[in-house]
Amino acid sequence: MGIFDRYHFDNFAYSMTRGRLTSGVDYANEVWRILSQGFADTVYMVFFSALFAVFIGLIIGVALNVTGPAGICEQRLTNRILGFIVNTGRSIPFVIVIIAVFPLSRFIVGTSIGRTAAIVPLTIAAIPFVARVVEAALAELGGGIVEAATSTGASPLQIIFRVLLPEAAPGLVLGVTLTVINLISFSAMAGLIGGGGLGFTAHRWGLQEFRTDILVYTIIILVILVQVIQITGQAISRKLDKR
Amino acid sequence: MLSIRNLSKTFGNNKNRFKALDNVSVDVLDGEIFGFVGLSGAGKTSLARCVATLEKADNGEIFLDGVDLIKLKGRKLRLKRRKMGFVFQHFHLLMNSTVYDNIAFPLIISKTPKAEIRKRVDELLELVGLTDKASSYPSKLSGGQKQRVGIARALANKPELLICDEATSALDPDTTKSILQLIKKINEQTGVTVIVITHEMEVIKSLCTRAAIMEDGVIIELGKVLDIITNPQTDTAQRFFTKEHLPEIIRLTESLAGNEVLVKAIFIGDKVHKPFISDIIRGFDIEVSILSGGIEPVGNATIGDLVLKMSGYENAIISAIGYCKENGVGIEVLKGGDVNGHI
Repeated sequence: MGIFDRYHFDNFAYSMTRGRLTSGVDYANEVWRILSQGFADTVYMVFFSALFAVFIGLIIGVALNVTGPAGICEQRLTNRILGFIVNTGRSIPFVIVIIAVFPLSRFIVGTSIGRTAAIVPLTIAAIPFVARVVEAALAELGGGIVEAATSTGASPLQIIFRVLLPEAAPGLVLGVTLTVINLISFSAMAGLIGGGGLGFTAHRWGLQEFRTDILVYTIIILVILVQVIQITGQAISRKLDKR
Repeated sequence: MLSIRNLSKTFGNNKNRFKALDNVSVDVLDGEIFGFVGLSGAGKTSLARCVATLEKADNGEIFLDGVDLIKLKGRKLRLKRRKMGFVFQHFHLLMNSTVYDNIAFPLIISKTPKAEIRKRVDELLELVGLTDKASSYPSKLSGGQKQRVGIARALANKPELLICDEATSALDPDTTKSILQLIKKINEQTGVTVIVITHEMEVIKSLCTRAAIMEDGVIIELGKVLDIITNPQTDTAQRFFTKEHLPEIIRLTESLAGNEVLVKAIFIGDKVHKPFISDIIRGFDIEVSILSGGIEPVGNATIGDLVLKMSGYENAIISAIGYCKENGVGIEVLKGGDVNGHI
């Protein structure tokens, strides 16, 4: 309760001195500006963090699969170490990841606040998730098809690129969909720490300025965004799936 | 062609060991269809997988054209694998690729030029009778059609050895027949050596020239299929060739009278020219009734397999049986009086 009380009190005082916008057109314009800025920031953060996380997570996920038991390059030790790193990554709460990678963000993008800086913790948090999702999608294929490819004389790389990834494509697309949706949720949290995005919008305007309408709009936008991504992901996955 | 020497393979850890192959040696000749038959756990699939280098043997040698497969590694091993085609029981096709792409897969792997791939895949599609299904996905095919794709894929790189591991075991009897005919046709047309792994005697009978019967990781009988059928040396071999309903017949005739004998007569069609049943009825004054039986083709010959009940005087029956044997009919006494001891 305490922290919210203080927030409410401060913001109440602030909005009293600043006064509220009353003109209809100005009001609509401002809402539009606030929401579109938040939306653009969210898309920006999610797009780039998903891009990097999927790229790196895919490599780790494939590595987990091929070094795993009965994998095409079975290597117990490598597999255990990778598994340990991934599990460690997944066990740290995202809020802590954000704070912990401040120095790293500053090193990579030159600042620890803002939407670009938020990409760093988002990517780091999503990589282990993607890795496990990829591993699961590949595990679903079973060993038979890999054996069939082996019997034709395919090399491990050929098996990865010509068998594992194309055959697991429908599952991988669903995994990416899941990742993107998770990232939207995470980006709201990242946004709180000076990142921007719809989470920041909801907090800054909806909470601190008592703009309940903006709060509601951000929720509506997020719901639609998630629905669209989920439906699109499923449609693509189904299109790829010839089983 | 293929020469297996002292091959051993053990599965499991120290606590729970299972010897799948125990010092197996066998030669498969150039161009023949060789069968490995046995119950599940007999080691026949392990043998096939070791030959295909999908499984690493513990001991022994596998020579394919004079090269020991077990000693090969990396690229050399992969090149050698192209000389072998493996047909799986459960097909293991690329489900997100068309029939055409599935068959083209080994050729893409071996970096065959595109135009050549096209030509070869069309050839194979025609060979297995799936030209009209080229752009279908495997999920739209029947089991038999899937296995045809599997066979075409196995043949894509023009292998010297085709290994069929229970290739028809997941298929219904009619489809099995058509797949077996296809394998036979391929063997005749291309001269590829074929190894057939199966638990079904029918497969061995209709395809193979020679076969090995396996039990507990050991080859217990090896030779021409015709010889194994007409003259099995072990109980296991005998059981394999005994019709399923035979125990039923033996049970039904538990009320066999003292002067009656139940015998199994096996004969190779072309070699028995005399009508031996009517001969023994007339010649030895005994009665003969046929309880079950049939005549079926094995390779290029036909094998007759009858269960007969003979009734009459003991001496007459013994003489009749002797007469049959002289004329090339294998007789095995299944049940009945004292005659057993005399034969």
